[in-house]
Amino acid sequence: MNLAVEMAGLRLKNPVLTASGTFGYGVEFAAYGDLTALGGIVVKGLSWEPRKGNPMPRVAETPCGMLNAIGLQNIGVHRFVEEKLPLLPWAEVPVIANLYACDVTDFARLGEYLAEQEGVAALEVNISCPNVQAGGILFGQDPEQAARVTRAVKDRAGTKPVIVKLSPNVTDITTVAKAAADGGADILALINTLSGMAVDVRSRRPRLANVIGGLSGPAIKPVGLRCVYQVSRAVDLPIIGLGGIASAEDVLEYILVGAWAVQIGTANFLRPDMAFRIAADLPGLLDELGVTSWGEFRGALRA
Amino acid sequence: MPDNTLMAADAASSSVCREFTVLELRRTGPESGSPAHSPVGPDQSHWLLDLDLPAGFPGDAGWTPGQFVMLRPVSWSLELLWARPFSICMLENGILRLFFQVVGRGTRAMSALRPGDRVVAWGPLGQGFALEPETPTLLLAGGIGLAPFIGYARRHPQPETLRLFFGHRPEVAEYPLDLLPQEMPIEASRQTCAEELACFVDDLERRIKEYAARQGLILACGPHPFLRAVQGLAMKHRARTQLSLENRMACGVGACLGCVTETTNQTLPVKVCTQGPVFWAEDVHLGGEA
Repeated sequence: MNLAVEMAGLRLKNPVLTASGTFGYGVEFAAYGDLTALGGIVVKGLSWEPRKGNPMPRVAETPCGMLNAIGLQNIGVHRFVEEKLPLLPWAEVPVIANLYACDVTDFARLGEYLAEQEGVAALEVNISCPNVQAGGILFGQDPEQAARVTRAVKDRAGTKPVIVKLSPNVTDITTVAKAAADGGADILALINTLSGMAVDVRSRRPRLANVIGGLSGPAIKPVGLRCVYQVSRAVDLPIIGLGGIASAEDVLEYILVGAWAVQIGTANFLRPDMAFRIAADLPGLLDELGVTSWGEFRGALRA
Repeated sequence: MPDNTLMAADAASSSVCREFTVLELRRTGPESGSPAHSPVGPDQSHWLLDLDLPAGFPGDAGWTPGQFVMLRPVSWSLELLWARPFSICMLENGILRLFFQVVGRGTRAMSALRPGDRVVAWGPLGQGFALEPETPTLLLAGGIGLAPFIGYARRHPQPETLRLFFGHRPEVAEYPLDLLPQEMPIEASRQTCAEELACFVDDLERRIKEYAARQGLILACGPHPFLRAVQGLAMKHRARTQLSLENRMACGVGACLGCVTETTNQTLPVKVCTQGPVFWAEDVHLGGEA
């Protein structure tokens, strides 16, 4: 079947994208697969100025998952545009810029600058990072703020689709999803990491210097599926599902509960060719299941 | 190291990801010895793992000693998520050999591999050690930090100009010193108590001072406290010294930013996996974390 997906003007040759923070600036993975075989590349979260991130240690492995408190270390948006973007095959595969700022004004100018870049196909607004003091998840937990940030970026994004990435660390994710939709979001991406922690009983210390971090990996897939399922029924916007996807079957689980596309995150660390392998495995699995179109399969959960 | 060298090291690597077959896994050290013989506690056994080099993986000439691979057995469930980083101990005649110590869940599971098992590995990764054939070179290894120096010494055109000073806590028989070239002088020093450790640090200083005076090159690999001691002494005696850092890392390719370390000349922390693991001693802040 034709694997292509089109949502809000964003054309993907297949629904397999990479998740921000797990695929670097894309170039790091060029040795391990054909970047143009992916549906899209979402790059490391970008801020206006470079950011140092949090102190070490800032990653810890947990059963079926990992905790991170990187704190959005990045080279800053200007170096990204000058040094990394030209190395990506953006004419053949959509490159989506994930952006982060501490206030609404900064979100707006960052969104405007990135939207002006020819090689950027869409903007993913990160209002759900649990690892930064200012901004981050605070925007994602308050529906009013979420709507304001979304509107600020949307107003400056021109024709580029605006994706809003949501946090599961809320009482009701559909409330924030609706707020982002009201703010003008074109697409929703969910879920970001779950807030968590890990402890070493020998040293009696937390395993992360930041104490608390974001949990990702297969451990959170049930939460991701639940959130996509709920939001797809509450909001009439295309959804990119993510959280714990490590196989083509996982991709189809997300599509069944209502996602239009997915992002591969922590699984990129199991092996660096993981996203490429999942994209390559999809056609065979769809054949095996007798699926002939996304329209027939998407959201077709027999609940 | 100048600023631009660190930047250049961040460029995309030529490493590949392949599935390897386990040829052999054997425990080093006394065959009958119970793990309890080790003063560092039970289940800290040492192993040599031989892997059959698959097509497309860089061979004998395609790597630099000090580089590493990420390795994850195919049979692992999702319970153990990350691959583990290992220095390349040897890469010769179509065999990739790793030397590892059981320190946690991953390495413990690896010690159960059997011939014929499949593992995914990617590499060679990172920046290796400087090799200056004409310069007297001192290799400082702490425990499992011996691993990259086996490859280094075997690849060195004049191993007789090298000298290994090796500190360890488990019995010396745990370490495959027989894999080192016979021409290379080796001094092994065991530390099982604070007094022996103090003597070891004194010996370390004497050797670093000597090589600094000879305009020699010093290369070190080992546990974090060992590297901090070497760094401090190297700075004190202005010795040309490289350190191979080992940090917890998830991806090994510069994407996760979990393994970074602070440096003296970069605004942002640098990635140990791609910009290291080998750094000039004066360039990195090792911090207080062991």
